[in-house]
Amino acid sequence: MAAPDLHAFANPLRFQRLAVALTPWLLVLGIGFLAVGIGIGLFVAPPDYLQGEVVRILYIHVPAAWFALGGYLGMALAALAALVWKHPLAALSVRAIAPVGAMFAAICLITGSIWGRPTWGTWWVWDGRLTSMLVLFLLYLGVMALIHLHDDKAKGLKMAGLLAIVGTVNLPIIKYSVEWWNTLHQPASIRVSGSSIHPDMLTPLMLSAVGFLLLFAGLVFIRMRTLIAEQRVEVRALRRAARTG
Amino acid sequence: MKLLARLIVRDLSLMAGRPGEWLMPLLFFLLVAILLPFAIGPDAALLARLAPGILWLGALLASLMPVATLFATDAADGTLDQLMARGVATETLATSRVLALWVGFGGPLLVAAPLAAMLLNFEMGRLLLLLPGLIAGALGLSALAVLAASVTLGARGGGGLVALLVVPLAIPMLLFGSRPDEAGSLGLAVSAALMLAAVAPFAAGAALRASRS
Repeated sequence: MAAPDLHAFANPLRFQRLAVALTPWLLVLGIGFLAVGIGIGLFVAPPDYLQGEVVRILYIHVPAAWFALGGYLGMALAALAALVWKHPLAALSVRAIAPVGAMFAAICLITGSIWGRPTWGTWWVWDGRLTSMLVLFLLYLGVMALIHLHDDKAKGLKMAGLLAIVGTVNLPIIKYSVEWWNTLHQPASIRVSGSSIHPDMLTPLMLSAVGFLLLFAGLVFIRMRTLIAEQRVEVRALRRAARTG
Repeated sequence: MKLLARLIVRDLSLMAGRPGEWLMPLLFFLLVAILLPFAIGPDAALLARLAPGILWLGALLASLMPVATLFATDAADGTLDQLMARGVATETLATSRVLALWVGFGGPLLVAAPLAAMLLNFEMGRLLLLLPGLIAGALGLSALAVLAASVTLGARGGGGLVALLVVPLAIPMLLFGSRPDEAGSLGLAVSAALMLAAVAPFAAGAALRASRS
């Protein structure tokens, strides 16, 4: 059973120690991978035979999209863990992940829009993939707003977690939107069975994706530490207020 | 089952006494259909082309109206606590609300749809293609309304936020439901609605429990 291992990290102090040790590594390595990936993508990788130089934005766009989706799945799983096992840090991580994921979704939408203008000739088109990515962004905003709507923070976290779990019905729709509608957005080029992207372009893409993943984890850890610190400040203030009466 | 039936009857008779939950959405739905020709002009062909989308949009926006009162009065007068203390599962309460709202919100909508279609010059033959999706959609929208009502229960000033919670989850239904002429879209609209109707009562039940703790 994995449950005991899981609960070993449920202790905020132990988590705090781990996070303090890991955060700088995650950030430095993340920025490093991102710099190398984007560097190769911008200066070394060949331009696309059809799209020209514009294709280089994909080294940011694609990883942002992946981890906006992956982040949402992680957030929903954390919400489920908080609900089922009453894992205290899982509930907190819902709150930690939401804004980071929303930022990634926003980066994906903005870079996609910038790419679409010269390539498709329009900033925005109501294509399945774009629409469902926008829906993902809105779901993130809904979760974030719901957390702060309740005066009782624990209650707000629980409600937002439930919303996040229901929202996962949207994930398969985003994944398969490109095949269902097949309007403008191209279908996936990277599959489990292999990739149709040339290695010269795939290498920087993967490096940048690793960078994005490490940065995502690093940012979530920083937010988790902030939230734990906030909780402790509150508890301390309450205790002091009780003492001075 | 018997309990569920009695809860539904109770919810429906409560709804009958609260026009805000069934009459206002109905009027709002009709108002959308009435205002559209003013906004885009009385071009009959254009109105007929926009009609399926407008009917769906009207239904979606109208479904937001009952959210504020769905559980608030039951929570305020202690009925919710009484039922929970008697051991009634919150999931059962949520399910009965979804089904009651489906009848109380979807029923009037069904009556108003032909009227709205007439106002928009939408042919009755094509309306018959749209209605099955709209009936299923009303179930999905009811499920979302119950979900939104339960996760915002006890929060201060959640009114404006409800749309942000409901709309993203309703988009798949809206997308497929408003294309009655495309093959396969009805099936996708119905399955999106059924999926929401299956998931929402459990989430709403958990949220109701959390709100009373």
